[in-house]
Amino acid sequence: MIELKNIHKYYNPGSVNELCLFQDFSLTINDGDFVAVVGSNGSGKTSMLNIICGSIPIDSGDIVVNGHSIVGKKDYLRHRKIGRVYQDPSKGTCPSMTILENLSIADNKGKPFNLRAGVNKAKIGEYKELLSTLNLGLEDKLHTQVGSLSGGQRQALALLMSTMTPIEFLILDEHTAALDPKTADRIMELTEQIVREKKVTTIMVTHNLRYAVEYGNRLIMMHQGEAIIDKAGEEKAAITTEDIMSTFNKISVECGN
Amino acid sequence: MSLILSVLEQGMIYAIMALGIYITYKILDFPDLTVDGSFPMGAALTCVLIAKGVNPLLTLPVSFLAGVVVGVLTGIIHVKLKVRDLLSGIIMMTALYTVNLRIAGRANFPIYNYQTIFDNDFVNKIFPAALKPYRTVIVVLVITLITKYLLDAYMRTKSGFLLRAVGDNDTIVTSLGVDKGKVKIIGLAIANGLVTLSGCVYAQQQRFFDVSMGTGTMVIGLASVIIGTSLLKKVTFVRVTSSVVIGSVIYKACVALALRMGLPSTDLKMITAVLFLIILVVSMDRNKTAKIKGGSAK
Repeated sequence: MIELKNIHKYYNPGSVNELCLFQDFSLTINDGDFVAVVGSNGSGKTSMLNIICGSIPIDSGDIVVNGHSIVGKKDYLRHRKIGRVYQDPSKGTCPSMTILENLSIADNKGKPFNLRAGVNKAKIGEYKELLSTLNLGLEDKLHTQVGSLSGGQRQALALLMSTMTPIEFLILDEHTAALDPKTADRIMELTEQIVREKKVTTIMVTHNLRYAVEYGNRLIMMHQGEAIIDKAGEEKAAITTEDIMSTFNKISVECGN
Repeated sequence: MSLILSVLEQGMIYAIMALGIYITYKILDFPDLTVDGSFPMGAALTCVLIAKGVNPLLTLPVSFLAGVVVGVLTGIIHVKLKVRDLLSGIIMMTALYTVNLRIAGRANFPIYNYQTIFDNDFVNKIFPAALKPYRTVIVVLVITLITKYLLDAYMRTKSGFLLRAVGDNDTIVTSLGVDKGKVKIIGLAIANGLVTLSGCVYAQQQRFFDVSMGTGTMVIGLASVIIGTSLLKKVTFVRVTSSVVIGSVIYKACVALALRMGLPSTDLKMITAVLFLIILVVSMDRNKTAKIKGGSAK
């Protein structure tokens, strides 16, 4: 369970560019939730993820994970329990290393990175099986450098790598935004499959309203650092893209756009 | 003939240093000027130890370890104290100048009358008189190849994978729950260890330490790495580390050629600088045409 309690976050405090992002923002994400987060640019979606992952510090408030505050905990330590997939497919993989080496390094998460062989040959069969679930033919390209794969292939690999080891939370930061519609659909299917199989608590930020409506058991719409829509369960199931769109338009009018 | 031999000898000695530069410059993208101080440090330590009667072979691991310590310090200045990479190196380089003077006790330290890894009872016994001119080059070849293969082997370990990953995409290192700062420090430690080792071998071949011998180390190393990696980019069966070694020998050959054409040896640093400039510009041109030809290669 992740609890964000009374989060305050200002950007550039004390300068003319001061920007208040979160003012007394609170949100609880329950175990097993698959939360889709939508909202316009600058609404605080990605900042929320960065605050949870420790990529940016908060000014005040508390972040509680499974009953323990993680404020001030280093980002890399928080990532031991978090799998994260980024918008940019190149951020989730190492381009100059082969698919096999990438999988090996991801498989070693949580274990010591010592002087043992980087690739465990006994696991190649297992990796091939894992890759074949992607249906992208990557299982025959184990020794191909990841840099020469397409964006979709890399993102599929990144998704696989981030969920290879036991994690408690999966953070998806617009992970389909840089892909063509067909590949994006495929990645979303994979995401759903992995989340269901691993029963991992998931937060997915997306600009694609259809995905937000179709996937997950909870939908949050962010606006100016607040969750203006937060529906779960049956209420979420009843939401249509038109509903969200109309709220979006209302906000835009209020803001004078 | 003696020219070719000396090019091979010096080229391969500097290759050990270039392997270190390869780690910092190509893998970590860290322009590490510390090497201008750690190279002569290896020489200073070696000369002092040999003059004290220490076994020349023992100076190799001692120099490497001293370089590791220096690399860790540069890393701590950069990672923990958050000083910019270039400045961290300059600070260490400047400090090491004094350290080297303190180690040697004076600005130069010859070891002409002592045994070295190239000239000792054992080596003299196994090499027949006919092979004597090739003694040095063979010993250098053995040391450089062992170093290269050890580095290759390290790059295939889990720790080595992490080092390659941090240069490729440091976000993923954080995602793996590992402190990327620590990985950078390890990389700098190994790199400076290699540079100091190279200084150690160089001092035994030249039989002296001079406090200013490190000036331009970084430039020579960079030139070797760039020549090696851009010249042999298309040759897939050659490992990157081998290309760096070959690059270093080619670079030394270029310098030797320039001196041979009548330039006085006092112009050496100028030759070093100009040659490096030419290599940089040419390799940039190559990259540009490759990009146009390759289209969306990257």
